[in-house]
Amino acid sequence: MSNETRAIDVGVGLFILLGLGSVVFLTSQTLGPGELSNGESYILQARFDHIGDLKVRAPVALAGVTIGRVSQITVDPVEYRAVVELRIDSNFDQLPIDTDATIATVGILGGKYIELGPGGDEEVLRDQDEIEFTQSAILLENLIGKFMLNRNATSSE
Amino acid sequence: MNDSIRACWLSFGQFAATFGGFQMFSLRLLPYLPKAILRPRLITEQIYSIGVLSLVLTMFGGFFVGTMLALQSYSTLVEFGQIDSLGAFASEALVRELGPVVAALLFAGRAGSAVASEVGLMRATNQLAAMELMAVDPIQRVVVPRFIAGVLSVPLLAAIFCTLGVLGAYLIGVHQLGVDAGAFWSHIQDRVDLYDDVGSGLFKSFVFGVSASLMGVYEGYYAAPTAAGVSRAATRTVVITSVWILLFDFVLTGITVPGV
Repeated sequence: MSNETRAIDVGVGLFILLGLGSVVFLTSQTLGPGELSNGESYILQARFDHIGDLKVRAPVALAGVTIGRVSQITVDPVEYRAVVELRIDSNFDQLPIDTDATIATVGILGGKYIELGPGGDEEVLRDQDEIEFTQSAILLENLIGKFMLNRNATSSE
Repeated sequence: MNDSIRACWLSFGQFAATFGGFQMFSLRLLPYLPKAILRPRLITEQIYSIGVLSLVLTMFGGFFVGTMLALQSYSTLVEFGQIDSLGAFASEALVRELGPVVAALLFAGRAGSAVASEVGLMRATNQLAAMELMAVDPIQRVVVPRFIAGVLSVPLLAAIFCTLGVLGAYLIGVHQLGVDAGAFWSHIQDRVDLYDDVGSGLFKSFVFGVSASLMGVYEGYYAAPTAAGVSRAATRTVVITSVWILLFDFVLTGITVPGV
């Protein structure tokens, strides 16, 4: 086999590998570098009545700064509540035990994220602890519905 | 008056003859396709000169289309506070439309014209006739490997184009415009569908690959055996392929967009 045909074979092989690799990338779309994957992190849990359209990998913010990600969302089959698992950067392991978690929205129509409000307790949250004070997502359509009902009630009086 | 009607009729007849000749040529290729597997080296050589050598151009194009999409959509999305969906917007546009279409147009310009002029020059210098004299079928030996190589290369090139585009949008969106990296990827996962988006994009680029490579070999094979004829074949390949791709794209989008 001459050098030239060998070069052609190598080129074609690399090209097809690159093409198939691209197809795999496009079909999975998951090869994005997870920001916290290399750093140390710990897990917290929080239960919500309703999470709106919160997604896995949504940011977890403290005072507006991202310190973690939502790593898993499941439903508690007994309590009928959503169980959200938060993966928090280990640099922020001094969160008081009475910290509260709120599902907030970026802008009016933007995506959902979790905002943590630190409490004042001396004790801090450890790995696998649960955040007790949670506030569900505010559903804009529910608010509008309530507003309309109230207005109808006041106007009919 | 009579003359111009006559001229119209004649040019219509010529168009019909070319179009019909093209269809007949496509049908003629069909029985050759299975036999081509017996000579895989002919195909790999063509994949090299058609696909591998178009790679740099395609990657370059994909990357900059992706960065352009990110910049362009940012200015609109930021007004609605929706910059998190920048990734989904860019990758949906790339995978569904821009990837298959722009990659096929680049392919037509880079490789389709080269195939047409190569085969045309073989016609002009009587190499095709010489093959026939030696009882070598020029369609089997020259035309079919180039056609198959083109059909295989275009979807791969389109996929590479899309990937580079998404990476370009990531680079600009996340590192320059400050979109959250997690939101960028999670919106893509949420919005881009495997069958509706990636599947239809690959299907489209397959159709474009068939039409681009068919046009190249047809124009080359039936080129007028002169210098002007060869250059005309190369030009016609690029022009007609581009028109076909854009026309087909409209039709295929109409078929594959859900809910239309």
